Amino acid sequence: MKDLQLTCLREDEKATLRLRALLARYGYRPYRMSKFEEYDLYVRNKSFLLSDHIITFTDTDGKLMALKPDVTLSIVKNSKESEGGLEKVFYNENVYRVSRGGEAFREIMQVGAECIGEIDEYCLCEVLLLAAKSMETLSDSFVLDLSHMGLLTAVLDGLGLTDAARAELLGCIGDKNLHTAREICRREGVSPEGEAALELLITSYGEPSRVLPLLRKGLPKASCGALLDQLERILAAVAPSIPEGRLHVDFSVIHDRRYYNGLVFKGFIEGIPTGILSGGQYDALMQRMGKRAGGVGFAVYLDLLEELSSPRAEYDADAVLLYGEEDDAARVSAAVERLSADGKSVCAQKSLQSGYRCRELWRLQGEEVILLEADA
Amino acid sequence: MKQMLNIALPKGRLGEKVYAMFEKAGFPCPSIKENNRKLIFENEEVGVRYFWVKPSDVAIYVERGAADIGVAGKDILLEYEPDVYELLDLHVGVCRMAVAAREGFRDDGARTLKVATKFSRIAKAHYAARGRDIDVIHLNGSIELAPILGLSDVIVDIVETGTTLKENHLAVVETVLPISARLIANKSGFKFKSERIEEIVRGLAMQTEEQA
Repeated sequence: MKDLQLTCLREDEKATLRLRALLARYGYRPYRMSKFEEYDLYVRNKSFLLSDHIITFTDTDGKLMALKPDVTLSIVKNSKESEGGLEKVFYNENVYRVSRGGEAFREIMQVGAECIGEIDEYCLCEVLLLAAKSMETLSDSFVLDLSHMGLLTAVLDGLGLTDAARAELLGCIGDKNLHTAREICRREGVSPEGEAALELLITSYGEPSRVLPLLRKGLPKASCGALLDQLERILAAVAPSIPEGRLHVDFSVIHDRRYYNGLVFKGFIEGIPTGILSGGQYDALMQRMGKRAGGVGFAVYLDLLEELSSPRAEYDADAVLLYGEEDDAARVSAAVERLSADGKSVCAQKSLQSGYRCRELWRLQGEEVILLEADA
Repeated sequence: MKQMLNIALPKGRLGEKVYAMFEKAGFPCPSIKENNRKLIFENEEVGVRYFWVKPSDVAIYVERGAADIGVAGKDILLEYEPDVYELLDLHVGVCRMAVAAREGFRDDGARTLKVATKFSRIAKAHYAARGRDIDVIHLNGSIELAPILGLSDVIVDIVETGTTLKENHLAVVETVLPISARLIANKSGFKFKSERIEEIVRGLAMQTEEQA
């Protein structure tokens, strides 16, 4: 019976169960929240959201409310300040937003973990490891890309650019657009050393063992040395627990630096065209929201699992049992129990619904069930 | 068998030019040159599958993962901002996005400028950068007609030779940005087929460097 229940679950429902079990195993507490939040929270942090379209309504007390487009902001808002403490929570919630490239609101199931408080290097390692393990629960063929906003900022700071040129170059790094980055460097008079460092961030990606030595050699030691040390320590700590070749360094993962300040990461699954997991260290968001603590976390967008091409169900039920007006409920019920005893799904109907597909068609006749048709 | 790479090419002359570059880079697919109504062309030996799509749709095919890589104009990338990697400027399909108006037109800045265009986002960004108040009129074709009939003051459109403008007594007022064809890649596909995509990038880059 248990197996039957599991096979009935959708991929996103199975994934939710696995992710909840994983996060609970590391001491993360479930966090349940209301579907609504005051709109004001999102207005003040609009650029933190993936989409600025929000469903709003006026509550009975006249307050403008929103259907949650994001969960992290609510968790951060409600986090308690405690000396040296850590709050580790996980959630699975529906959020409501317009997905990228979409034209209508969608309800999106999201599972995530947040670690808030005095964030040390172990916390960063743990959340990164949980992100990798979360990917592993979803697919064997995944890549978790790791980037560092601090390192990107350090390199860009060294170029002495205007905010506009900086934003353009950050976009080029995100798009792996080397040709435009070179044009901007020429236009802005960036030094050859600065241009070389930038090129390195765009062209160096892949397994840490190959990329880190290149970064060590090519990035300025004074501004990037300590950050590279941190990146190397974190990678060394988590690598033994992550399948080989799945963790990559890739600076095209860029989150808004007004909110994210350190490690940032994104997870991809073969066959799904966009990142399914996104996360990072958001101490800057905490500060913007008046909190003294730091934060790191991630979210998995489970709606994307639909993209994996699992075969469509051939049948609506294994068997349909047809019964008539003269059959009493107890007889129909007993026949359904008999047919489903070996694990088959059985749908009792008076006449076969148009478009309904079943492997076997049975009819109740007196006490007996008679097989009318069966697919080979 | 080689890992298959799906490649979306823009229909038309540009697509044919670009296919020739792929062929020269070592990724041929002879069936693409057959005169038939097939939509997809495959060369299993080399591991490539080409398909022709409307030029403005290439970025959608790539962003949504139906194609691993594709070739799209910079105008399309700026207008629709698809979430893709832009790996190479192919230096083909070179033209410019420009503002044009009736010959002798002068914008005195005293009133809202009416701008007809297919590229609303690019037009808005261009005028927003200079703080000019505009009224965007989104059209899907025959943009040149708009200023002639008084529907708009200016147009923002792609200009190749400028012949159509000249024949309709229109003139380029300013260049917004240069345009050319770019090689783009799906971000997720790139993670799992990076070696094959890099092979193509190297093969195409050699040709663009020769051209440059």
